[in-house]
Amino acid sequence: MGAGTGRGVMFSGVMATAWVTATLVAVVAGVVGFHVVVRGATFAAHAVPMSAFAGAAGAAVLGVSAIAGLGVVSPLAALGVAWLGRRRRTDVASALVIVVMLGLGALFLSWTAEYSSQVYALLFGELLGVSTQELAATAGLAVLAVAAAAVLHRPLLLTAVLPDVADGRGVSVLAADLWFLLLVAVVTTMAVPVVGTLLMFSLMVGPPAAARAVARSPRATIAASVAIALVTVWSAIALSYVTDWPVGFFVGILGAAWYLAGRAAAALAARRRPGARRQPAALAA
Amino acid sequence: MSGFFASGPVHTAVVAGAVVAVVSGVVGVFTVIRGQSFSGHALGDLGTLGGSGAFLAGVNPFFGYVTVGAAVAATMDLFGVQHRRGRDVATGIVLGAALGLAALLLYFDTTTSTTTGATITILFGSLFAVSPGTLPVMIGLGVVGLVLVAVLYRPLLLSSVSAELAAARGVRVRTVGLVFLVLVGVVVSLSAVAVGTILSTALLVGPAAAALRLTRRPLTAVVVASVLGLVATWGGVVLSYASATWPPSHTGWPVSFFVVTLVLALYLGAELVGWARARAGA
Amino acid sequence: MSTVLSVEGVDVWLGGRHVLDEVGFEIAPGELTGLIGSNGAGKTTLFRVILGLLPAARGHVEVVGRPAGRPARAQVGYVPQKVALDPDVPLRVRDLVSLGLDGNRYGFRRRSRQRDEAVDAMLSAVGATRLADARVGTLSGGELQRVLIAHALVAQPPLLLLDEPLANLDLANGQEVVTLLAKLTKEQGVAVLLSAHDMNPLLPVMDRIVYVAEGRVASGTPAEVVRGEVLSGLYGHPVSVLELGGRVVVVAGDTGPTDLVTR
Repeated sequence: MGAGTGRGVMFSGVMATAWVTATLVAVVAGVVGFHVVVRGATFAAHAVPMSAFAGAAGAAVLGVSAIAGLGVVSPLAALGVAWLGRRRRTDVASALVIVVMLGLGALFLSWTAEYSSQVYALLFGELLGVSTQELAATAGLAVLAVAAAAVLHRPLLLTAVLPDVADGRGVSVLAADLWFLLLVAVVTTMAVPVVGTLLMFSLMVGPPAAARAVARSPRATIAASVAIALVTVWSAIALSYVTDWPVGFFVGILGAAWYLAGRAAAALAARRRPGARRQPAALAA
Repeated sequence: MSGFFASGPVHTAVVAGAVVAVVSGVVGVFTVIRGQSFSGHALGDLGTLGGSGAFLAGVNPFFGYVTVGAAVAATMDLFGVQHRRGRDVATGIVLGAALGLAALLLYFDTTTSTTTGATITILFGSLFAVSPGTLPVMIGLGVVGLVLVAVLYRPLLLSSVSAELAAARGVRVRTVGLVFLVLVGVVVSLSAVAVGTILSTALLVGPAAAALRLTRRPLTAVVVASVLGLVATWGGVVLSYASATWPPSHTGWPVSFFVVTLVLALYLGAELVGWARARAGA
Repeated sequence: MSTVLSVEGVDVWLGGRHVLDEVGFEIAPGELTGLIGSNGAGKTTLFRVILGLLPAARGHVEVVGRPAGRPARAQVGYVPQKVALDPDVPLRVRDLVSLGLDGNRYGFRRRSRQRDEAVDAMLSAVGATRLADARVGTLSGGELQRVLIAHALVAQPPLLLLDEPLANLDLANGQEVVTLLAKLTKEQGVAVLLSAHDMNPLLPVMDRIVYVAEGRVASGTPAEVVRGEVLSGLYGHPVSVLELGGRVVVVAGDTGPTDLVTR
């Protein structure tokens, strides 16, 4: 569970791995989350991690690293989401497929010795979810994801904002969607061991949703989103260490807090701006 | 198989499965027609919070699901759907906060009590774990739900097709919508008992959507959905009972796994039939 | 080159329906051409053929001497009809316009003064300089239309296509956009082809008209095309062109005066 014994000092040993992993996860989630929000792809951000649960559970049965299981199943889930989305039947069929993937994960975990604690860790995250050996894989994925996001940046923006124009200019919207979903799959693979399948959404959507309220240009929004994601995971780890409470709890609550703060800031700014502009005009008239 | 009909938990499971299947079938058809599948899904997930809280308080989780389900449904309706665009993000974020809180409560559950199964029971449910004492309450709520649907049937149908049309005919669309959403909250908590909170959408939406692929008449769809739901829950109970001897664990596969898999299979079967009919018709 | 766009004998069938029937016309640089026809007449289909997104069963389309398709697309600026923007999209007007330069390119972008200047110049050409740092989601219909035009023109294509740019605008805003397009046509020497179901707002500025009805087209100056006998031929039944209080109206039947008075 979230609590562990004998993990030593807050910043050394296995805790150091936790800090590094969480930092990598936050950077990638902040960057990819920006595109989730721009594309309005909340369904994908929800569906890919949920389906990937079965992969992590399968890995537990086979006795291999959860990252390996997630790495195999997340891209497949991404392709599945792309396929279902293309047929525009995302509603019932996809909901049922996600539920069955969750059920499959529960089945796999029921075959393992530590059924309950495994389920809990994969759904809600675990402070020490990533071992030192897995750190290299996580770092590699992080570099890959950030580089891919940079290379894909402009076509992803164009297809999200003006899909009709993008088609006319030779950027395939379908290809862009697919690339995007594979990015989500990479984040899922990295982040699920730390924050869990159920709370991935909070980390991927909360920070960018708040960032767009304070920043204007895409670049500034991505920077703010990464910064907020970093603050989120760092505080979640510190608080989890101090209280022994699960990391997922803090990620979920902070995600919502950021979102609300962003909404409030946007509402305030919107109230101030047109009001200031309208008043002289009214006086002049 | 000889012990199947003699086993107490099996009796309870069969009865509970039937109640859940029938009520979910009836309410599910309207949920799908009204396009509120996502609300149903969210209500199910939020039940996790109620369940874990109830567990911590030493109450049966079912009462947690019902309380949270009904309360959240009422609040959801209060806030309405003014912001259609931002709704998905907002719902997701609220769900995230609730699930985070549930994670904390579950953590307390496991540290304060000696039972370790709280997480599994609440999230993935088990028809075999239904306590016989809960049955009368479930049946009671199920009957109340069915009576409500029967009373509301025509206004509900009309306002599902077109809110403007219903309002013009003097239907109190808001009230009907509120009552219905609270009903969905209650039904989802029933189905959470059967297959757990995060799988509860399956029973609410799956059989209903399958039935609507097979027939266009609402009343027929309600009956078909209930029957499909029964096939899924009872089939799940039988398969799970039989799986006690299956590898690799020889402790039986989770009943919820069978139920949701059967629901998906039935839905895909209905899609196939609908597709074949459309081809034959064209 | 004297023609920017040439369309010759294009036939398109969609779902067993003859949507475009032997369509042919040409557009020269610096001309503003209106593609006029009622809803469902085949205007959007024709745009898709010109953009090379829909193959024609017969005939061919050339953009600046190249057959329609991928390479020709680089020569076309396009403003689609429906653009739905979330108010929260984290994109400034400046960012959207600069995507018009290189939004289709994968890879990293180097910051360049030249690019920024091109974007600024384009924004000032469409009169949207003061909007440069506004969020795209907060723009009004007329403002958004200006910005989309800037987005389409910033790469300086010889041809600009606009699908129903006036459909969602009120009269005053529509008039402003029309004036802007006429100005850009002359100043930048770009050929503009825009579709509309009502020709009236365009009559003062239109150099040529391509009138679509029943999948067939007639093209020429408004005075040549908007006449009873020409349009009756297109529709395949008698129609009349009336002028009522300065507005031109096409009605079914063989009634009233059939002459168009042009300015």
